[in-house]
Amino acid sequence: MRGYHLALRILLLLGLAALLVFPVAAGKFYLQLFSKIMILAIFAMSLDLLVGFTGLISLGHATFFGLGAYTLLLMSPEYAAASLWLSLPLALVVAALAALIIGVLVMRSSGVYFIMVTLAFSQMFFYYVTGARQFGGSDGAYIYVKPETTLSGWAPFQLNNHLHFYYFVLALMVVTYLLLQVMMDSPFGHTIRGIKVNEQRVRSLGFPTFRYKLAAFVIAGALAGLAGYLDAAQYGFVNPDLFGWRESGIVLMMVILGGMGTLYGPILGAFALVLLQEFLSNQTKHWLLPMGLFIIIAVLVLPQGMSGMLERWAMMRRSSGGRRA
Amino acid sequence: MSDRFIFFLIQALNGVQYGLLLFLVASGLTLIFGVMRIINLAHGSFYMLGAYLAFSFAERTGNLWLAMLIAVPLTVVVGLLLEAALFRFLYHRDHLYQVLLTYGLILVLEEVRSILFGDEVHGVKVPEFLNFSLRLTPTLSYPVYRLFISAVCVAVGAGLFMFINHTRVGMSVRAGALNREMVQSLGIDIGLLYRLVFALGVALAAFAGMIAAPVASVFPGMGNQILIISFVVVVIGGIGSVKGAFVGSLLIGLADTFGQVFARQISGITLYLLMVLVLLWRPAGLFGRAT
Repeated sequence: MRGYHLALRILLLLGLAALLVFPVAAGKFYLQLFSKIMILAIFAMSLDLLVGFTGLISLGHATFFGLGAYTLLLMSPEYAAASLWLSLPLALVVAALAALIIGVLVMRSSGVYFIMVTLAFSQMFFYYVTGARQFGGSDGAYIYVKPETTLSGWAPFQLNNHLHFYYFVLALMVVTYLLLQVMMDSPFGHTIRGIKVNEQRVRSLGFPTFRYKLAAFVIAGALAGLAGYLDAAQYGFVNPDLFGWRESGIVLMMVILGGMGTLYGPILGAFALVLLQEFLSNQTKHWLLPMGLFIIIAVLVLPQGMSGMLERWAMMRRSSGGRRA
Repeated sequence: MSDRFIFFLIQALNGVQYGLLLFLVASGLTLIFGVMRIINLAHGSFYMLGAYLAFSFAERTGNLWLAMLIAVPLTVVVGLLLEAALFRFLYHRDHLYQVLLTYGLILVLEEVRSILFGDEVHGVKVPEFLNFSLRLTPTLSYPVYRLFISAVCVAVGAGLFMFINHTRVGMSVRAGALNREMVQSLGIDIGLLYRLVFALGVALAAFAGMIAAPVASVFPGMGNQILIISFVVVVIGGIGSVKGAFVGSLLIGLADTFGQVFARQISGITLYLLMVLVLLWRPAGLFGRAT
């Protein structure tokens, strides 16, 4: 396994290097597409913290994505820019606060209840925003000017520059990955992994599991809010669908397709699913049909996701090589 | 009687009618979960399928009853085929995979609907002999077809109750919900029992879609709308409890209807607020067993 981990680390670094030099070869279209994918990768990693590490299956994670996006809308004056340094932290705080309140309520239930109740909460926000004319109602609303980055008179980068935006998102994705990685290797991470395996045992060891789960829920919510904020900043447009069950479902699919419980899995899943969607929607108007079939087949044949496939492949190579660990 | 009272009565009737209709969908959802331990997101798609088939056959034959007679068995066949092809593989898997697979199935069924029937909103005619209203006051009247829906739902609900509580097969269904292994070791074919429960759930959902079509019309996304409300019903009532689904349905039906009349500002979210309140009081729903 050690060799596998080393190989994996090298592969991830190669992937990062590829993303760093990607803009040299790619045009504006692909830069925007990859920015979108990396935003969704942040979203998927945040959900992986719940599904893959803590064992909480949320079908309403889009709630926090939507809240992040709508925070930017509220912070943007109609024809002027919001300050990135003010609005971005605020989006995180809003999403985290909502996750705290919702978390206290949903954490009382578990299993199927948890799935249904998280879904119901996201629907509540969906209907609230759909009916709220001050937020644009069901049509959504435009954010005409992207957030500006001026810090005491000096602007280090411009978000309306596609290249700058791409690197900004890439940096945030890497930071999110490293942050979660450090967190998972810490005592906190070991505790929530323990909760996933056997909550009762962890509780009987004296850990207040409710608080640990709630903390994971709040962190995941804040990171989803970050992704939602970036999504709104990229497109300059928000609508209630950001809160929708479809959004929650697709990000859950990214986590599972890539492989839950690994942080690079959700990134792989985001790339695979968005590129597939891009390909299919260019072929036919009815692209959701092959997409749905793909999801069904993937669930049936790929229980461990893409990362599990990689791992199994590595094991097989090792055992056929005849070396014993 | 004052107009105000009559107005109130009309809203109450609407709420009960909506609630009873929800019960047909939610009872199938809760039974499928209770017995088969499957969380089926695609349950609403059967409601949609029923409605669209009723619309399509009613257009062709000009008779809604005949359309139902053809469409209910047809949706059950579709349901059983899906059970054999997909759901069978989900019995022993984590809820996570059930959610994802049925999520994929929603996308597929919704696109198939779009290909076969298009994306327009369609109305379905109320059958001729029920197409009149009861005059309650000079200005207010109540459509008879809505009363008819309530009556049919009550009859179907009573039949379901009799079936589950007072027949031999119903006994196996209840036993299956309590202890799968024990039922199997007593020589009852659990696979057959699952298929029966699944077919029953599909038939109820499809029938609800059909009978509601003249008042609710048929439109894209209708299945998901009813699915999520049925989830709320099931959560309030307690997962796996048919009695809970009944109480939850009526609560939601009334809360939604009165919410739209008296609390327009928050009408979209009254249901969810109700759910939050119930969960604060009883985390496993009104009639649920604590897990």
